[in-house]
Amino acid sequence: MPWDRNQMAARAAQELEDGMYVNLGIGIPTLVANYVGDKDITLQSENGMLGMGPFPFEGEEDADLINAGKQTITELSRTSYFDSATSFAMIRGGKIAAAVLGAMEIDEEGDLANWMIPGVLVKGMGGAMDLVAGVGRVIVVMDHTNKHGKSKLLKKCTLPLTGKKVVNRIITNLGVLDVVDGGLKIIEIAEGVTEDEIRAATEANIVN
Amino acid sequence: MKKVYANATEALDGVISDGMMIAAGGFGLCGIPELLLEAIKDSGAQNLTFASNNAGVDDFGIGILLQTKQVKKMISSYVGENAEFMRQYLSGELELEFNPQGTLAERMRAGGAGIPGFYTKTGVGTVIAEGKEHKDFNGETYILEEGIFADLAIVKAWKADDTGNLIFRKTARNFNVPAATCGTICIAEVEEIVPRGSLDPDAIHLPGIYVHRIIQGEHEKRIEQRTTRKKEEA
Repeated sequence: MPWDRNQMAARAAQELEDGMYVNLGIGIPTLVANYVGDKDITLQSENGMLGMGPFPFEGEEDADLINAGKQTITELSRTSYFDSATSFAMIRGGKIAAAVLGAMEIDEEGDLANWMIPGVLVKGMGGAMDLVAGVGRVIVVMDHTNKHGKSKLLKKCTLPLTGKKVVNRIITNLGVLDVVDGGLKIIEIAEGVTEDEIRAATEANIVN
Repeated sequence: MKKVYANATEALDGVISDGMMIAAGGFGLCGIPELLLEAIKDSGAQNLTFASNNAGVDDFGIGILLQTKQVKKMISSYVGENAEFMRQYLSGELELEFNPQGTLAERMRAGGAGIPGFYTKTGVGTVIAEGKEHKDFNGETYILEEGIFADLAIVKAWKADDTGNLIFRKTARNFNVPAATCGTICIAEVEEIVPRGSLDPDAIHLPGIYVHRIIQGEHEKRIEQRTTRKKEEA
């Protein structure tokens, strides 16, 4: 059985190490926070916060306290706030150890596309371009194929790029792959999935 | 010099004009200068350019100025929550310049700090880099981005004193600080103007030198995505 959303998030949480400052994107990456366990992880929200807490209890929402997905959240005892220029200074300056984010396409050189489908979806890149260019490690969590069954791990991205040669590790519903010289390398296979299945679902070159 | 004005309309008097470049604070609907945006709408000023991370929603924030077609161009990083924006952009009525969020924040900060340009690796190899100067530093490629020098900055803070020292609250600080610094004139709307001396000088987020006019008002502070969790049963 391929991994479901929560299993992918749990696998991504294994990538995070004690003491890390981490930025989690919207969607499955947000779920990663539920699986960090006892590890001392500080979550950054690029709208100006370190130490992001869980959603508030009903009735305790604060319009002045939101995450980058514009959702109401809470603060923790470690929380600090700052302005957007300072927030991206720490991102661009390499102070954030890792970012976990989703993608529409990835290719074998580590190029990432996740912000625009020309003529269809024009919402903007938000902070994604800054994050992939600046953080220590870029971990992508996404389904291996799109809803039409086509591979999202390509030889060459077709959509406008978010960043060039920026992805380090990819966690999909089928397994874990790293971007290495010459292509993608299979690191782990989801239980019940075969290597042949991963290879069949991957357009990018797979190296041994 | 008196900085405190009675309301947003008076604070804009003699400042707002057609064709202005305005830097606005806020992230989503959080910390936006909602009263000043409403007053800009009432002023009828046309052909405005806004440097603002987002464009509000259809009926709140900069969205209300899109309804009245007062905006010529947006410089933003994300405009996904505004259907009218999308309609005007796709029909060619509205110009849009996408900036990566950190690049937009730094462009404002740089403008306010008298820095006309800076190099960043954000966007290298993407459409954002097209037409921009590339330069290598220590074996890595960067692109040149320009500082934003706005005619007017409009921001929203939590508290101010009458000299314009500002304190923000939680994540409502966001773009308000860099936006405030890059305007020739900055107008701040706040929830409360407190007596001089009652703000801790060590806790000021934005010194009053950047703030020229101040108004106090009631804010709706709309929440865009209300997310909660249930209290666990004891």
